[in-house]
Amino acid sequence: MTTFWFIVIAFLWTGYFVLEGFDFGVGALLPLLSRSEADRRQVLGTIGPVWDGNEVWLITAVGAMFAAFPAWYSGLLSTFYLPLFLVIAGLIVRGVGLEWRGKVGSRREVALCDAGIVTGSVLPAFLWGAIFGDMTCGTTLATVLGGALSLGVAVLHGAVFVALKTTGAVRARARRAALLAAVGVVPAAAATLPSLPGRGPQWTLGTALLAAAALAAGAALMWRRREGWAFTATATAIAAATATVFGVLYAAPLPGLTLAEAASAPYTLTILTWIGLIALPGVIAYQAWTYWVFRKRLTAGVS
Amino acid sequence: MDALDLARWQFGVTTVYHFLFVPLTIGLGVYVAGLQTAWLRTGKEHYLRLTKFFGKLFLINFAMGVVTGIVQEFQFGMNWSEYSTFVGDVFGAPLALEALLAFFLESTFLGLWIFGWDRLPKRLHLACLWAAVIGSNLSAFFILAANAWMKHPVGYEVVDGRARMTDLWAVLTNPTALAQVPHVVAASFIVAGGFVIAVAGYRILRERGLALRPRRDGDAAGAAAGDAATPARRLPGMWRASLRAALVMTAIAGVVVAGSGDMSARLLREQQPMKLAAAEGLRHDTAHAPFTIAPGVEVPGLLSLLAAHDPAATVQGVDDIQARYEKTFGPADYTPDLPVVYLSFRVMIGFGMATAGLSVLGLWLTRRPRKRRGGAARPVPAWFARLCVLALPLPTIAIIAGWLLSEIGRQPWTVQGELMTAASVSPGVSLGEVATTLAIFTVLYGVLAVAEGVLLVRHVKAGPELPPDMSTPPSAAPAQPGEARLTPTLMY
Ligand code: HDD
Ligand code: HEM
Ligand code: HEM
Repeated sequence: MTTFWFIVIAFLWTGYFVLEGFDFGVGALLPLLSRSEADRRQVLGTIGPVWDGNEVWLITAVGAMFAAFPAWYSGLLSTFYLPLFLVIAGLIVRGVGLEWRGKVGSRREVALCDAGIVTGSVLPAFLWGAIFGDMTCGTTLATVLGGALSLGVAVLHGAVFVALKTTGAVRARARRAALLAAVGVVPAAAATLPSLPGRGPQWTLGTALLAAAALAAGAALMWRRREGWAFTATATAIAAATATVFGVLYAAPLPGLTLAEAASAPYTLTILTWIGLIALPGVIAYQAWTYWVFRKRLTAGVS
Repeated sequence: MDALDLARWQFGVTTVYHFLFVPLTIGLGVYVAGLQTAWLRTGKEHYLRLTKFFGKLFLINFAMGVVTGIVQEFQFGMNWSEYSTFVGDVFGAPLALEALLAFFLESTFLGLWIFGWDRLPKRLHLACLWAAVIGSNLSAFFILAANAWMKHPVGYEVVDGRARMTDLWAVLTNPTALAQVPHVVAASFIVAGGFVIAVAGYRILRERGLALRPRRDGDAAGAAAGDAATPARRLPGMWRASLRAALVMTAIAGVVVAGSGDMSARLLREQQPMKLAAAEGLRHDTAHAPFTIAPGVEVPGLLSLLAAHDPAATVQGVDDIQARYEKTFGPADYTPDLPVVYLSFRVMIGFGMATAGLSVLGLWLTRRPRKRRGGAARPVPAWFARLCVLALPLPTIAIIAGWLLSEIGRQPWTVQGELMTAASVSPGVSLGEVATTLAIFTVLYGVLAVAEGVLLVRHVKAGPELPPDMSTPPSAAPAQPGEARLTPTLMY
């Protein structure tokens, strides 16, 4: 049961990184992909309807950790106190920026919202990688590399997403940004990810290699303008990388803490399992429907 | 000052702040959904305009509820790791359920509502808003069940120094929660109703060209100015309809809040006698316990009546409870901050019920004339429209005061009878760390509060957007029709 819940939590984090990953990328790229206010609206319009729902994957992942592994939740959060604080601060300014952008008046205020969106996307995208890098390896180098890599992957993923969801000049710029990002990200991932499994079970080597390969495939597909497939590839890469990280964490989610010690009692886990099994497919279904409703590419608006 | 004190301040500040926005989300969401439903049913344009207008105010506020909520989710682990480890088994479950069953619903469908105006069929679009609104209210249920467990723990056993859930159903149907949920939700409807009342009152004044403050030379002088210059924006009866709907909502919520508050008080007598004693500053066990309405004005037996439905009943006093707790739990200070609890209790009831009273008065003033007499609808008197503006601050202060009563009155316990606050804090987090985050949160929250205030005021002043029909945004609209446009009426 503890293993099952560990997988559930890994799944929730995976959902979070795959979905919010492109939100962060889109936010970080906002100034680079746009030349005008109309461009910026087009770029942000790609995540407008979905980012808040994507963020709830984080809230659910953290909530599920709290319920299923209280000691892991409290140990993790109090250990990474300041980095997590910065993540939250970033999410605050990003959220407010996104929601208020269309409701403020002057250009200066819009620019302020944009600053919030960019900061609030770059900061968490970097910090999540840093935090998980630290958790899995515990070295400063891993922390920095983890942060840089996760930021880079988010940018790539976001650029692919914008290219997939827009038309015109923005789409062309997004494609270029994706290719540029890939030049840095693919070698970095190939160099670093396979070193993680040294600390975890055998299969994580497979997922680590898959992640690096999927990133490369994503870049190649972007080159050939197969945006849908490229997006699938970068999403796969993020999922595989997250699986690798959790595979490594399985033995010791925190130094000196085992899953069994951290876990809630079987009663709680059983009940949560039933509710999760009923509710989660529903959530996935209606979120998928949202993407279906907003499936059309966004064309540049006139403003 | 040690890390514990600062952690408590941090919790107080961030939670009170979160709760400034939450009630408005809970109540205003339902109100906007009601407006949109009315529009679909009647086809009257003013309902659509009101939907868009209050919808925008709702969204400005919603953003703050969301971003401050994330802090809540994290800070149990960050600042209160001992607490989280102790209670996670029980307390984490409602929190996880809240995210899974309520927040997903809310965020996803609200996104669909915001961006779906011209993409979804009208009924489906409305259903999305209702789904989001149901999500908000569900979230209140789960978080309050978690909160109620801290006041009156049920459905658990303590094994190896950790609480273990034995019965989820007992946790979710905790009598304390069943009293608290209607109380908080109804109080939220008073806050939201008060917000609409204040906005409508202000718009009525403005569109008649009247100032917020009565002029000495009579109101007529101002009537030429103001929005009277732009009659195109006016739809006769729009604000009156909006006001009356809010008055009804607030009046009904007033009844529910009083009823459920009375239920809470009775539960306090059994479960948290110290809080009840502190709320009256009652020193010793007293039969015919009085309630002090104002300094020097005591109504004998009223507290007993409230707490036990019997004016002769005995209510325990602070000093006597302290002595009993020392016997049970060992020597310590079990008395919460008496003046704060005492004052909060009065502010909550006074300010909140005053708003409910105001709404009843308003309903009477604007009552429909009898058919037989064939009169026109009674206009909203200017003096009442001015009074309406008070309905914004009063219930907000009341609801915060209620939480201060509830949370500070529980001290020194985090979990009544099980875990003290001093034992809840994160041992590994330093004074400097908490001080840093507390300082930054305070500044960040302060700035955002001002920004939200400015935004709301600006939109209220600008009023609803002008026709032509807003259900079909101009084709020139960019990627996010209806929302991301820079609305001309807002630029000045
Ligand atoms: C507009 C707001 C408002 C109004 C008019 C009232 N309350 Fe209240 N009250 C709240 C807003 C509130 C609150 C903020 O929502 C609290 C804090 C925690 C809770 O459950 O609700 C609360 C808590 C609360 C508690 C403490 C519950 C606990 O800690 O377990 C009691 C005993 C009452 N209320 C009683 C009353 C009575 C007898 C009222 C009027 C007749 C009343 N309240 C009106
Ligand atoms: C329903 C969710 C809530 C939960 C689970 C909760 C839980 C807690 C916890 C864990 C603490 C810190 C430990 C302690 O000092 O006892 C606390 C304190 C506090 N809470 Fe709540 N709370 C909730 C809602 C609220 C709300 C909505 C408010 C106010 C609007 C509030 C106001 C406070 C204050 C002011 C303190 C500090 C009390 C003190 O330390 O003296 N709480 N609460
Ligand atoms: C102290 C414990 C609390 C925690 C951990 C908490 C957690 C959260 C989180 C994570 C969000 C953001 C959800 C999103 O992204 O959509 C949120 C928003 C919300 N919370 Fe809280 N909250 C707390 C206190 C409360 C209380 C006491 C209530 C109500 C009685 C409440 C009601 C809501 C509602 C209705 C929302 C959604 C509306 C909005 O975002 O404005 N919360 N909360």
